[in-house]
Amino acid sequence: MRGEPRDGRIVIVGASLAGLRAAEKLRAEGFAGSLTLVGEEPQPPYDRPPLSKQVLLGKVPAENTGLPQRREVDAEWRLGVRATGLDPFGKRVLLADGEEVSFDRLLIATGTRARPWPNPAEAALDGVFTLRTSDDAGRLAERLDAGPRRVLVIGAGFTGSEIASACRERGLEVTVAERGPAPLVGALGGTLGTLATRLQRAHGVDLRCGVTVTALEGNGRLTGAQFSDGTRIDADVAVVALGAVRNTEWLAESGLAAGPRGVTCDAGCRAFDMYGIVTDDIFAAGDVARFPHPLFEYQLLSLEHWGNAVAQAEVAAHNMVNPGPRRRPHLTVPAFWSSQFGLNIKSVGVPTFSDQVVIAQGSLKDARLVAVYGYRGRVTAAVSVNQAKWLEYYQRLIETAAPFPPAPGAADRPESLVPVPSDVPDPKMLSHGPTVALTGHLPDRRLTVVQPAR
Amino acid sequence: MAADTLFRRITDYAHRADPYPLYAELREAGVVRQEDGSYLVGTYHEIAALLHDPRISSDRRNRAVPDETAAGEQGVPPSFIGLDDPEHHRLRRLAMRSFGPPHTPGRIDAMEGEITRIVKDLIAGFEGKKRIDIVDDFAYPLPVTVICRLLGVPTEDEPRFRLWSDTIVAGFDPTPGEDPAERQRAGSEARKAMGLYLGELAEKRRNRPSDDMLSAFINNEGPDGRLTQLEIMTTAVLLLIAGHETTVNLITNGILTLLRHPDELDRLRSEPPLMPKAVEELLRYEPPVQMLPQRTPLADIEVLGVTIPKGAPLILMLASGNRDPQRFRDPDRFDPTREDNQHLGFGSGMHSCFGAPLARMETQLALTALIQHLDKPRLVEDPPPYRRSPVLRGPRHLLIEDDRAGA
Repeated sequence: MRGEPRDGRIVIVGASLAGLRAAEKLRAEGFAGSLTLVGEEPQPPYDRPPLSKQVLLGKVPAENTGLPQRREVDAEWRLGVRATGLDPFGKRVLLADGEEVSFDRLLIATGTRARPWPNPAEAALDGVFTLRTSDDAGRLAERLDAGPRRVLVIGAGFTGSEIASACRERGLEVTVAERGPAPLVGALGGTLGTLATRLQRAHGVDLRCGVTVTALEGNGRLTGAQFSDGTRIDADVAVVALGAVRNTEWLAESGLAAGPRGVTCDAGCRAFDMYGIVTDDIFAAGDVARFPHPLFEYQLLSLEHWGNAVAQAEVAAHNMVNPGPRRRPHLTVPAFWSSQFGLNIKSVGVPTFSDQVVIAQGSLKDARLVAVYGYRGRVTAAVSVNQAKWLEYYQRLIETAAPFPPAPGAADRPESLVPVPSDVPDPKMLSHGPTVALTGHLPDRRLTVVQPAR
Repeated sequence: MAADTLFRRITDYAHRADPYPLYAELREAGVVRQEDGSYLVGTYHEIAALLHDPRISSDRRNRAVPDETAAGEQGVPPSFIGLDDPEHHRLRRLAMRSFGPPHTPGRIDAMEGEITRIVKDLIAGFEGKKRIDIVDDFAYPLPVTVICRLLGVPTEDEPRFRLWSDTIVAGFDPTPGEDPAERQRAGSEARKAMGLYLGELAEKRRNRPSDDMLSAFINNEGPDGRLTQLEIMTTAVLLLIAGHETTVNLITNGILTLLRHPDELDRLRSEPPLMPKAVEELLRYEPPVQMLPQRTPLADIEVLGVTIPKGAPLILMLASGNRDPQRFRDPDRFDPTREDNQHLGFGSGMHSCFGAPLARMETQLALTALIQHLDKPRLVEDPPPYRRSPVLRGPRHLLIEDDRAGA
């Protein structure tokens, strides 16, 4: 029967991590209807974290990061074709090849793409790259193999910093340009930003903070770049690491609360329409979703995290095939990791949702520590550097809104335990989008300017 | 019975074959203070939280009343299992450099062929016997041979270090009621002797590197520096003991459990790919390390409404947590296909088992080969006689008869 939770037609738009895990979960939960996955990229789903790490180091070929499947998924895969529109009345997804797919329930998992360099002519220079897809990573790795004289990395968020780290590990000269005061400062605040600055310089990165790149030079081929402080460098490769853009343009006329900050959904992954009414047949998960979280005052969170994509996809899939009372909320505490300059950095909670930070264990000097973040006297995040095994404890503190600073008595605790301001900058100060963004409470900024589509 | 005698009863040798009803009593009682001032925790979620709590020390020198193993030791410091960060972190990292990722990612995988050969040789040794002792003929010699190859210790010396090892294990037996001082003194002496022996073996490899961990310990230098001579000794003693006092129990408990569940044995025999999951279930159902008796809070800590004071001995009953119905459905059932099986068999958190990947591989290969070889195995005695230790719990002998044992 159509409309029965475990039957009917489900379409998943987006065939990366969230799409794949949702498909697996749907089948695992006994969904017996027809399942279609639509993906813009031609490859089967692959893993992105290695692209800025092992792939750039040349240890793993770009085409070898395919995601393992947890189970057989009986589905129709429509890869290599982009979704161009959504008709919520006819319940159809329109495709770039002119075809369309009908659905009873839809999961939006279109994720993000790399923010391009704003000047198209400069972006087209040979030697200018972004890094988001496995093709991007393959091309960049190949260029790094050729031994460029200098690589310019624009933006020192996590991706930019990992790229710089891979280049230094290969022995390549690297300049990093960051508009904010320090690398990683947008996600982790001032204290760890200072540590990141020290580490990058110790590893031989030419790190320039508080500057922007005003022009990429070249005639066909990139030859150099100019900075806002009047200086310039020669460079034959530039990687634009300015954060991500959410793939929501195809939903512009769908009537959904979809915009540059993502597709707004409720805690059960059901998408809102632009009036703030929750739909019951359209769901969202992964990087493209924007959802309320009770630990962070029900602000709508946008997360570009691997673990969130998996957890949210599973909740969405569960809720797509279960009736109301059996539905679950997506409540997992945000978490992400990075490896760079020989360090393992791991975060739980939302470090940007903070006013103070304290080094609870270890020390900045040894680059081995746990930094705990607090907001108005409660613990809201913790970030470990080479100390990930403690994070479960701090996660519990976040989940229980434990008092900040954390209770005394921890092993390996520094002498002084004075919290300092967390110095989380306004995202406008950064050259890259933060990977965790608190985006307020409004489901859709178009609420005030509704214009009929013509 | 009174909850404050639970630890006395759990460690009582009379309950060694089946401590699980006592664990159920413990979980029912919550966090319980014992007559000697120590505290027992036996529920899964509380144990898991404490294993990740940085306010819980593994260093016995933080006890309000330090015992012989902590204070005596005649100058031999604890190994990393008995240390907190930052010392623990530094030593464990240095030891890991030559054992696993990221610096030595292929070490364990590369041993698969050799472990398979050792297993095959041991099974070939059953030839001509109608009755075999799973412990002495199989489950003990396998991990000993493996850890010796790995560290670079001559297998012929096994009788020497077996004696030391027994004495060391007896030294940290936490059984209350008897005066432990003499056992602990003997344990310390044995630890020192074993350390000197291993230190000497390492010294022979200085500047003459070979493909074993003792050689790596003495020759390799990383960003964290290198192990001192004393640290090589304490670390090598730890790995040698851990490598051959634990896996033996996992393999033996595995065979015992399978013989008690013949349907599951048949199923694993016909579907070998199920073995990795079955081994995880064994680690939950009959964990070789039953408890962690050496923890101490660094501050007053509240657990389930009970304040455990700073400096009090804290004993985490892993095997009890593994049977907690709040965490595992139908916990007393052995189910080799169990999903969501995040057991405490290897502990968790900062001190989670260093050798876990090796123990997993050895046990998977050993059990798979053994059940393929045996035809209609029968337990001669059930329950079998157990080893003394309530911590490293397992049969001392496990006699079986099989029509094919010696075929």
